[in-house]
Amino acid sequence: MTAISDIDYGTPARISERTVTLTIDGMPVSVPEGTSLLRAAAEIGLPIPKLCATDSLEAFGSCRLCLVEIEGRKGFPASCTTPAENGMKVRTQTPKLADLRRGVMELYISDHPLDCLTCSANGDCELQDMAGAVGLREVRYGFEGQNHLKSPKDTSNPYFTFDPSKCIVCSRCVRACEEVQGTYALTIDGRGFDSVVSPGQLQPFMESECVSCGACVQACPTATLMDNSVIENGTPDRSVITTCAYCGVGCAFEAEVKGAQVVRMTPYKNGHANHGHSCVKGRFAWGYTTHKDRITKPMIRKKITDPWREVSWDEAFGYAASEFKRIQQQYGRGSVGAISSSRCTNEETYLMQKLVRAAFGNNNIDTCARVCHSPTGFGLKSTMGESAGTQDFDSVRESDVIMVIGANPTDGHPVFASYMKRRLREGAKLIIVDPRRIDLVRSPHVEAQYHLKLMPGTNVALINALAHVVVTEGLTDDEFALARCEVDSYDQWKEFVGRPEHSPEATEEITGVPAADVRAAARMYATGGNGAIYYGLGVTEHSQGSTMVAGIANLAMATGNLGREGVGVNPLRGQNNVQGSCDMGSFPHEFTAYRHVLDDVVRGQFEAAYGVTLDPEPGLRIPNMFDAALDGSFKGLYLEGEDIAQSDPNTQHVTAALTAMECIVVQDLFLNETAKFAHVFFPGSSFLEKNGTFTNAERRVSPVRKVMEPMGGMEDWEITCALSNALGYPMNYTHPSEIMDEIARLTPTFTGISYEKIDRMGSIQWPCNDKAPEGTPVMHRDTFVRGKGKFLLTKYVPTEEKVNRKYPLILTTGRILSQYNVGAQTRRTANVDWHDEDMLEIHPHDAEERGINDGDWVGIVSRAGETTQRARVTERVQPGVVYTTFHHPESGANVITTENSDWATNCPEYKVTAVQVMPVFHSSEWQARHKRFTEQQLALLDAREREST
Amino acid sequence: MNVEHLIEMANQIGRYYEAYPNRAEAMASTAQHIRRYWDPRMRAEFLRHLDGPGAHGLDPFVLEAVQAHRAELTPKERTGKP
Repeated sequence: MTAISDIDYGTPARISERTVTLTIDGMPVSVPEGTSLLRAAAEIGLPIPKLCATDSLEAFGSCRLCLVEIEGRKGFPASCTTPAENGMKVRTQTPKLADLRRGVMELYISDHPLDCLTCSANGDCELQDMAGAVGLREVRYGFEGQNHLKSPKDTSNPYFTFDPSKCIVCSRCVRACEEVQGTYALTIDGRGFDSVVSPGQLQPFMESECVSCGACVQACPTATLMDNSVIENGTPDRSVITTCAYCGVGCAFEAEVKGAQVVRMTPYKNGHANHGHSCVKGRFAWGYTTHKDRITKPMIRKKITDPWREVSWDEAFGYAASEFKRIQQQYGRGSVGAISSSRCTNEETYLMQKLVRAAFGNNNIDTCARVCHSPTGFGLKSTMGESAGTQDFDSVRESDVIMVIGANPTDGHPVFASYMKRRLREGAKLIIVDPRRIDLVRSPHVEAQYHLKLMPGTNVALINALAHVVVTEGLTDDEFALARCEVDSYDQWKEFVGRPEHSPEATEEITGVPAADVRAAARMYATGGNGAIYYGLGVTEHSQGSTMVAGIANLAMATGNLGREGVGVNPLRGQNNVQGSCDMGSFPHEFTAYRHVLDDVVRGQFEAAYGVTLDPEPGLRIPNMFDAALDGSFKGLYLEGEDIAQSDPNTQHVTAALTAMECIVVQDLFLNETAKFAHVFFPGSSFLEKNGTFTNAERRVSPVRKVMEPMGGMEDWEITCALSNALGYPMNYTHPSEIMDEIARLTPTFTGISYEKIDRMGSIQWPCNDKAPEGTPVMHRDTFVRGKGKFLLTKYVPTEEKVNRKYPLILTTGRILSQYNVGAQTRRTANVDWHDEDMLEIHPHDAEERGINDGDWVGIVSRAGETTQRARVTERVQPGVVYTTFHHPESGANVITTENSDWATNCPEYKVTAVQVMPVFHSSEWQARHKRFTEQQLALLDAREREST
Repeated sequence: MNVEHLIEMANQIGRYYEAYPNRAEAMASTAQHIRRYWDPRMRAEFLRHLDGPGAHGLDPFVLEAVQAHRAELTPKERTGKP
């Protein structure tokens, strides 16, 4: 069912330069050529009855309810499949049409349970509405004959119920699964009266290929596919448009509410990032917001072996501020710092960096993008002049060749993956560069032309080989490169990549990719029309992450694949506000818009705005903070929304650093892994409990709007303000819009952004300023942001993390569709039904050599540590490579990963860890310690002294 | 600060810039990178280590770059109370 407030126009909007004019029921209407009569009528407020049509799907013409009469034409054509034409005279309501429609409805209702009063869709059912609209007053056929009324319900999916007894076989669910999602999990089984909607091969939903995106539920016009939350709570009575708090796609949702309770999250059809689509996380996995594990009172304790004590907000702020001041007095100004998260809003991350720079008086502020996309910022800024992706998501509609490098969009960015798959079904070509066989390599109606299955850690060798082919075979777009880029750097780069050692034949031994495939893929990208590159953490989380990002930019510049729709270099950001948190000056060396703290002019602007003298030296990055903590020069840390004890590499190193500090303040929803080492806990607010903005992977600033009151009593931005005030640096904002106004005043790419404009436009892609008052969907159109594009040299330097006899396999890590990052949110939802533990994927060859069977417990040992997981024996991974996820703390994926990091940014090399894997019969020493520590900390939480109220 | 980490980080930076044909510019870029991204205590510890006894572990290119640009890398005294 669509959201309660949506108007359904029946068929999708058409874009055409030509307009046609016609009359419908005597009213003139002009619409773009190709628009259906059904939509043309709806646009002038003449809704034609319909059931199988909805504006998220192409017309199907099966229900025979939207029939119309057209002057001069015979019969009663379906208005959904009939395009509007100039001069048409259409009638939507005549006695004959009414008669036909009533007949159709009578047949539908004759096989439909008449339980409207107790039905979960009562009042929000299109079948019910249509019965009223056509004036159905009686049904002459009883239930004595064959019918579907006793068809059993499928309740296998935790989020929705499939009740076939209410199905009218309109195929909207099947078409949504195909057209919108692209999974093809549903079909119509049987013929004629026996036709039924079938997940998979007449299987329960949970046993089918269904990915639980919710497109079918949204498309269903009856209660056949219904959200369990609506079945349990009733239909919503209002909605608030907001932005999802999961991945970097940043889908717009209508949070549908009944009283103060959210009962459904429906993807917003006018959302510019998602166009009404969603995934299992955003659509359904929001129950964590009211989970019993939420901590809603501020707490403090002197030592981490003490029980927590609930205190008033004032006492918590006073205690935290006094501790930070004490530490600075004792150990120096640079002994404290903060880490924000990509789960924070723009306004929150901006305030965090402001607090550090103005109240702490240093630049020890970092954000979790350090450990994911910091190389993107470095690589793209150095080559093109801006630390951001070049395109909007819609750009992929015009791509001819799509290259996906080190990303798994169907799992990590599922809604964008659906756009991509749609374009691939239309004929675009696909190149996958990934050590692992991700779903995009081959899935229904999608098959990669080339899967360059390289060994982890050899990205730069591969991108050089692709560039070598482009340069030596004369496939460069010299007209573009010479006009738009620094000629010297272009010549230098061509000479560099043209060297024999970069040829596919020479690099095959390094990468493991057949030279012929590299050559063919390079030719396809360079000559196949609009070439677009999408990449993820498989590019950045390497010791040469920044080099690889530059290599990608080089390739795009050399082939002219920049500055227009359909092309570009597009980092797929992992979390919802990675782009935004980077934009907001959250790195220790940069103010907003990536301006260095060494720049006296910029620093002077911030000093004037903040009213204090600012530190002209770069501060500590996250890994440097850990080292400084262990050497005794860094003693206090304020974290919002970031769980470094689970997400950062070499867990034992991280927890040793946390233990060495004297004051750790955690602001979060739950007692996460890091909070177990904390001395102060500020109860944070979920995305449903606050106002702000998120910026997605396409630079789109979207609204986050408060749907319910914060459970702890304060929105996160208010908490940071109060802490700053307690530290003696005043922050007196009354609403996040004032924070955004300050950001706009200080940030050249944001000068045109305000809450008023965001509300008016729905969302805005930065840069938004005098030059681009409506924002910038595609960057670098005429010139690069830095003026001329700059080619960087990309020498391949093998990682120091090498396999040997002791550690013969390479572990690489990633994530899956149903879980999100450290799992703090998704583990507290029914998404655990899909993934309740992290497992180690191992190739059958490697498994057999070690006597490992599918499901066996295995020990995974690296130079950093040891853990155990169950094995999944699969050919998804290649021999010599194993793979796991990091969604569950007890699985200890980051106990194994090392502190190796990117040369330019210190982004950890999560993707390459040398390991050995062997069968085991008990958990690792670390796991036993972690279990004991967790039990101890939960006991200290349970034993907390409650605040007297 | 962990000196081994600092040495490894400096060597990584040098191994990137060493690819550039103009050696003097490559060295300047190496030093600039350290200047622009390392907290002063990291630079101070790094320079202290180079002045100390024993093997420093730096690649020759990086050592030369650091020595040529030592003045830029030396942190200025911090002033002012928190």
